[in-house]
Amino acid sequence: MVVNSVHWFRKGLRLHDNPALQEALNGADTVRCVYILDPWFAGSANVGINRCRFLLESLEDLDTSLRKLNSRLFVVRGQPADVFPRLFKEWNVTRLTFEYDSEPYGKERDAMIIKMAKEFGIETVVRNSHTLYNLDKIIELNNNSPPLTFKRFQAIVNRLELPKKPLPTVTRQQMDSCWTDVLVNHDERFGVPSLEELGFKTQRLSPAVWKGGEMEALDRLKKHLDRKAWVANFERPQINVCSLIASPTGLSPYLRFGCLSSRLFYYELRDLYLKVRKHPNPPLSLFGQLLWREFFYTAATNNQNFDRMEGNPICVQIPWDHDPESLAKWAEGRTGFPWIDAIMTQLRQEGWIHPLARHAVACFLTRGDLWLSWESGMRVFEELLLDADWSINAGSWMWLSCSGFFQQFFHCYCPVGFGRRTDPSGEYIRRYIPKLKNYPNRYIYEPWNAPETVQKAADCVVGKDYPKPMINHAESSRLNIERMKQVYQQLSRYKGLSLLATVPTIQEEVEPPAMEDSGAHSSNDVCPAQPSRKALLRKRERPAEMQRAAACTQPKVQRISSAEGSADDQQ
Amino acid sequence: MAAATTVNYYTNYSGSRPCRMKRGRLSIKPDSEVLPICDGAVKRRRSAAVGFLCSQSQQHDSVEDWGNLPHHVVLHIFQYLSLVDRARASSVCRPWNDVFHIPDLWRRFEFELNQPATSYLKSTHPDLIQQIIKRHAQHLQYVSFKVDSCTESAEAACDILSQLVNCTIKTLGLISTARPSFMNVSQSHFVSALTVVFVNSKSLSSIKIDDTPVDDPSLKVLVANNSDTLKLLKMSSCPHVSPAGILCVADQCHGLRELALNYHLLSDELLLALSSEKHVHLEHLRIDVVSENPGQTQFHTIKKSSWDAVVHHSPKVNIVMYFFLYEEEFDPFFCEQTPVTHLYFGRAVSKEMLGRIGLNCPRLVELVVCANGLEPLDEELIRIAERCKNLTAIGLGECEVTCSGFIEFVKMCGSRLTQLSIMEEVLVPDNSYSLEQIHNEVSKYLGRMWFPDMMPTW
Repeated sequence: MVVNSVHWFRKGLRLHDNPALQEALNGADTVRCVYILDPWFAGSANVGINRCRFLLESLEDLDTSLRKLNSRLFVVRGQPADVFPRLFKEWNVTRLTFEYDSEPYGKERDAMIIKMAKEFGIETVVRNSHTLYNLDKIIELNNNSPPLTFKRFQAIVNRLELPKKPLPTVTRQQMDSCWTDVLVNHDERFGVPSLEELGFKTQRLSPAVWKGGEMEALDRLKKHLDRKAWVANFERPQINVCSLIASPTGLSPYLRFGCLSSRLFYYELRDLYLKVRKHPNPPLSLFGQLLWREFFYTAATNNQNFDRMEGNPICVQIPWDHDPESLAKWAEGRTGFPWIDAIMTQLRQEGWIHPLARHAVACFLTRGDLWLSWESGMRVFEELLLDADWSINAGSWMWLSCSGFFQQFFHCYCPVGFGRRTDPSGEYIRRYIPKLKNYPNRYIYEPWNAPETVQKAADCVVGKDYPKPMINHAESSRLNIERMKQVYQQLSRYKGLSLLATVPTIQEEVEPPAMEDSGAHSSNDVCPAQPSRKALLRKRERPAEMQRAAACTQPKVQRISSAEGSADDQQ
Repeated sequence: MAAATTVNYYTNYSGSRPCRMKRGRLSIKPDSEVLPICDGAVKRRRSAAVGFLCSQSQQHDSVEDWGNLPHHVVLHIFQYLSLVDRARASSVCRPWNDVFHIPDLWRRFEFELNQPATSYLKSTHPDLIQQIIKRHAQHLQYVSFKVDSCTESAEAACDILSQLVNCTIKTLGLISTARPSFMNVSQSHFVSALTVVFVNSKSLSSIKIDDTPVDDPSLKVLVANNSDTLKLLKMSSCPHVSPAGILCVADQCHGLRELALNYHLLSDELLLALSSEKHVHLEHLRIDVVSENPGQTQFHTIKKSSWDAVVHHSPKVNIVMYFFLYEEEFDPFFCEQTPVTHLYFGRAVSKEMLGRIGLNCPRLVELVVCANGLEPLDEELIRIAERCKNLTAIGLGECEVTCSGFIEFVKMCGSRLTQLSIMEEVLVPDNSYSLEQIHNEVSKYLGRMWFPDMMPTW
């Protein structure tokens, strides 16, 4: 029987460690590598030009690599559900392969395509390679709910076997045994489109700081490891102004698009550690970035509403303001706080900002200053940030706005002091807001406090050449900490004066993870676990029903009834 | 008829809130599809309502029994229900509808006033507001207003306040859920609305009016009418009140137990007035210290003798101070012994200042520091552990402590530290301890599992 394979690229834009692609090649007579691009979506407002450029470069790179193997990439315009029936017939497809997508939207789309393929009598092969672990397994081991704390997540990961080893890259020999029929008009029908073709204006586009593609990713990985080996330091790096600037060893956008396999990264790091440290058990912290990614993928995989507040069981309901004008000032870097504006400018120009910078602008938009919804910030990141995976983007925004995962909210990043700690001379600001470049160090983070003479000497008068601060930070943080307290007091029913005790504890944090063998039975149990002794000793008193609820299920955060609440403390 | 008309706006009001019931209360909840929509649905409504109250299926005659339940029984049940559920139940039959209007059920009400343009929250339906003003105003005792950041919402709240004439309100709360919109209402409108309540309800005991344009004359009216009953007054960030205005309250309202205000209103005279013999013991004093821009505000000092008088008179008083100052503005604070119990620093605070806290704040219970410079705080923390024997909670944001210093601190405090929230970046590894070890060590001294707080690497 003839086997005609189609491998469908979505994420996972690479030839190395691509198990689904290997399945496509396995014993096939023909193989076609397909990417389906919806020109309307790609050109729409919520896809920024940098993100689109990165994608197109990654596709170009794939096509180049496939050419070297005597094959081509087929970029098909349209939507999967419309495109596939046509391709199935045209190419007489018998096998469809793709990488497993854990995100709710992707799962839904894939289920539909699998069903459709089945109707055509086509075999579908799906392989997991975007994440290190099988996320469902993590959820199963955590009594069938995703872990809500990173510690808990780490505890579970510690009990799993090591991730699967990355597969070698596709070889010429493998490709040669499966013929790809390339038409003369291939470029016309299936070529990678240009930005212009997708409706982007490119006249004043500056060169890409982050070049998309697998080749670039592997190159960066090498540099990344060289640097790590050279520093021989696997602890957290010291943050300084250089950290804030895009580094040629950064990898996050490549992980997002799958130009780099997370498993390859994992094993390269691990091997390097074993070689340099000669210690058999690398600490989990070595894989911090990869594990956080995994953590948010796990939290999101079964939650369709993960990217919104309403209907999202893990999201605290906070009465955010709705104010498009303030949102626009933030998004366009016109807040009047140079630290915030520089970050947003870098984000818009280059598509990447340092984690600390993300913390700063996310806090400023939400619980710190503007009191606007994290959802609107998430959407701006989705447009502009190259590594904004849906799950990680939404999860991080919930985290940073203290809307999920039960974070202490007392710590509010100061839009003046926080940047100054990292970069006292404001070099970063001068780079992204050239208007302010002549300000003395003392005022570079707060130009509005500079005397008029200084402002004039610097050739940038606040209120004329650069905006006045849009908000009084001291005043707004005073208000916001009270608002957060209101919200969390209703959640925890805590009425005392302690600020720290306002945040409810998550039961899972204090319990040991389920035993290996209990995982299999626990779903039948009426109530999986009584609160452990430790848990009962822990912290402040809470109403009995809350403890019980927390012990039985994952802590769901509900919108608290307000018509009857809140007056309680007035008597 | 009344029932049929009331129900609509209750259910509208609850539109997007599937879960209004507090956990642990009776979880009775009708099917959403049998929500009464118009008069025609009475029959379905009845069966639905009965259905959700009875676990087993009912015979027709027992349905009548439900309608004949004694008032006090229905009332008791109603007290467990949210307003929306009571409204639904009230459309079952006339007796239940009568119970619906019993004053006991209208003592407590929260008006929610939001504009669709500025908030995703729903508002209390205007018809319901009208009905309350007409029918239940005299029953209201515990009233609060929640408004969004829109001025119109705050103005609507003032309009309602000015209609609450025949009332005996005991507690009043004006709460801005987002930006403080009462500040945008014209002062005369706000003050006249507030004085309506002050004059008419002569037994106010608790008033929360943070972030509002309340002024000295309106406080005078409050004192003139409610001096015997006032126990709680929260008025943080009310810029139109002067130190003399608040002093007048303290002088006359001897039952005042809880007070929240900004530092610029705090004076030696005020503290002495609160500590006079006639005055009850103070329970809670909350002070916000906020500055606009560096150097623009000069902060006065409070005499040690005044603080001493407070603690002498009210030995158990909690004094909570929230600071939002620039580093260089801290000079006037904590130079002498200060009986503060809860401290929050919203902005960077100097190492020296934290040193003074260890020396001069023996009553300290909770210390939360958002940020500090780049020098380790080891000595300061250890001194705090040594001298602040009541300290049970500490939170550190952008600060630095060496791992050894931190372990020493935790060891000295031991299990009395019930709240310990330290950002991971705060802890600087040294020769004695790595980050991995610290969690074990700290857990050992606390007698429970402990981890530093983490931020996602993203």
